Amino acid sequence: MKFSWKNYDPKGFYDELISSPGYPRTAGRTVARHIRSLTPEEIRERQMAAEIAVKTMGITFTVYSQGTNIDRAWPYDIIPRTISGKDWDRVEAGLIQRLTALNHFIDDIYNDQKIFRDGIVPPEMILESSNYREACAGMKPKFGAWAHICGSDLIRDRDGTFYVLEDNLRVPSGVSYMLENRKVTKRVFPELFEEENMRPIGEYTTHLFDTLASLSPRKLDYPEVVVLTPGIYNSAYFEHSYLAQQMGAELVEGSDLFVADDDCVYMRTISGPARVDVIYRRIDDLFLDPEVFEPESALGVPGLMRAWLKGTVALANAPGAGVADDKAVYTYVPDIIRYYLDEDPIIPNVETWRCSEKASRDHVLKNLDKLVVKPANESGGYGMLIGPAATERERRAFAKRIRANPRNYVAQPLISLSTCPTVCPNGIEPRHIDLRPFVLQGARHYVTPGGLTRVALVKGSYVVNSSQGGGSKDTWIVD
Amino acid sequence: MLSRVAERIYWLGRYLERIENTARMIGVYGNVLLDLPRPAKLVWESLLATTGSSELFAERYSRADERNVVKFYLADKTNPASILMSVTQARENARTVREIVPSNTWEGINDLHLYLQEHLDAGLARRGRDEFLNHVINACQFIIGGLDSTMSRDAAYQFLSAGRYLERADMTSRIVDVGLANVFPWVSWMHGGEVPDGSQSPYESVLWMSVLRSLSALQMYRRLVPERVRADEVVTFLLQDRYFPRAVAHCIHAVQESLDALPNDELAVAAALSAVRHVRDADIDAILARERLHEFIDGLQVDFGAVHDAIEQTWFLPRPGRE
Repeated sequence: MKFSWKNYDPKGFYDELISSPGYPRTAGRTVARHIRSLTPEEIRERQMAAEIAVKTMGITFTVYSQGTNIDRAWPYDIIPRTISGKDWDRVEAGLIQRLTALNHFIDDIYNDQKIFRDGIVPPEMILESSNYREACAGMKPKFGAWAHICGSDLIRDRDGTFYVLEDNLRVPSGVSYMLENRKVTKRVFPELFEEENMRPIGEYTTHLFDTLASLSPRKLDYPEVVVLTPGIYNSAYFEHSYLAQQMGAELVEGSDLFVADDDCVYMRTISGPARVDVIYRRIDDLFLDPEVFEPESALGVPGLMRAWLKGTVALANAPGAGVADDKAVYTYVPDIIRYYLDEDPIIPNVETWRCSEKASRDHVLKNLDKLVVKPANESGGYGMLIGPAATERERRAFAKRIRANPRNYVAQPLISLSTCPTVCPNGIEPRHIDLRPFVLQGARHYVTPGGLTRVALVKGSYVVNSSQGGGSKDTWIVD
Repeated sequence: MLSRVAERIYWLGRYLERIENTARMIGVYGNVLLDLPRPAKLVWESLLATTGSSELFAERYSRADERNVVKFYLADKTNPASILMSVTQARENARTVREIVPSNTWEGINDLHLYLQEHLDAGLARRGRDEFLNHVINACQFIIGGLDSTMSRDAAYQFLSAGRYLERADMTSRIVDVGLANVFPWVSWMHGGEVPDGSQSPYESVLWMSVLRSLSALQMYRRLVPERVRADEVVTFLLQDRYFPRAVAHCIHAVQESLDALPNDELAVAAALSAVRHVRDADIDAILARERLHEFIDGLQVDFGAVHDAIEQTWFLPRPGRE
């Protein structure tokens, strides 16, 4: 018996593929029709073929478990998530608006600090942030751009509205999986690509290279762009090496680079030192330069900040850019957009309470069983409390942590995540998803058409992180 | 090419070769044992001595018997030269240069790593050892075959090749040393401490044939020297032959050729040339007659160390404690 969309019920959540049982959305028509034409047996076969393709293509991510690092096959679900081109154009404009404003904001707080004087954002909120870097004050990077590569997490509520859940302005990862997911889908459903027109995503690495090259302090046709990785034990090493390879850039570790007496950065090659113009760094600020930050760090390059401040090398993202992806700063982003651009935000924020403010804090502590509480600067879903799912004891322990360090926490209502049909052990069922598009800002802007769709494979779960059992899907922008 | 990448590829070459040769060496030992009418203990002790591992071994084991020594070379996690640790190291090095070496290299090393996890215990038992060692040797040949037939002859290949051949030169010289250590004490003992002129013990030929077999050299040797297998001929062949790819002279010449193709090669090529001359110009018969072969091989190993140092100093990343 073939699959029928009449038996697929997203139970009141916004479903990306169908509008109500039996009725696909316009953008999802082709996919829905195709799935309907397959028997459960055929669907299982395709899913297995996809898993084999993932292994053969060597798409892995690294998890730290029981004292060792293990390479795991990347989890991928064969049913693509579809978004209409019309919906997407608005999201794209909203993402560019948001990153543009955030870059104005970062540039301002490290220079004129007008936004403090105008009373939009309280200075202590920024200056006391663990992501504020004193050493960056006075720096003016090219194009006023500090965050060149941004990954914003979007979710879709019950009514289908996109919200920004968080911005990642430090070292956002996942884009290589977005690119690889498309390749796997091409292997699994080649026939679908003949029927459907989805926007291509394969140009990302070209745009990434152009963005990085545009930052070069030297005017060269081919500036030396390198990708700086912490090394093979990093969970995103696959992506580092993937991007370097795709851009034709060297993949370097800290020990490959040095800063010479001329304050320029060089890499050590077998033919001698070679000048480096742009570093796409995939290590955190605090490990960049032991002379300025963590003195014990062996991942970075002594003197790198000196070179950057002198303008002999570009760093992407710029050190200190992370100050604006703090979850406490997140609450101000709509104001930041209005302040710098004199525009209303195109994509709204999720309603957020700042525990630093007494009234909000009291509200949060009183409603812990209804809220999701997040540390202001952690990523990967670590260290958060999902109130409705937690035990009374867990909530009490968390309340203690909030009182001890209120600046460090923000809270949001438990937002509904949209669903998408997903191949599950008992057939096709709705599972919750989010979306991480990637936005570039250098000489110009670029937004990936779609992004990385992450899926919570456990029924009813909202945890989409691959480190905690999440999966992923190809994302199609359909015109 | 990055210095760090060059270093990892060079070590990948060395480890691959070390895995294969260690397997060969343990294999020949098992076979020598079967041929020899004397206490096994001496044999295994001399193996430890020739690989320079006596001290490390003594720290961990009280008895140098077959079981312990084989475990030490195959499965000991504290012995950096054990097959298990060499495979682990080769894998780590390959992982960091996945974009540079052909993809089947990484897969081949991964497979070997997996094989070890599953079959190491069987390999430690006397009965399963030959099969285990043969599998390891074949896996190395498969990986190296893939590299040879699909890798561009660029700098990466030259570093890989230099690492492989330098390690092989070193291991061949050690295997010759092993043969020597086993044949001569035994021959002397048979003859009451004296080896009569021109005579040969009945075991000598068998022993040297084992040594040749362990290097897959017997067939090539036979084509060159049709008569009875004799120490002087075998040693000359394994050290000085220019055409046999496991002979020391051939290997070290190959190292020199690889280094020649790299930038800023003066120091390293000079070191390799000096090693080439050392082995090529030696009068093996005279050395054997004076029973100075062991010292001569020690001298060669010093040369190999100097070539390695020159490579490291010229092309690799500077490190604390490194010039």
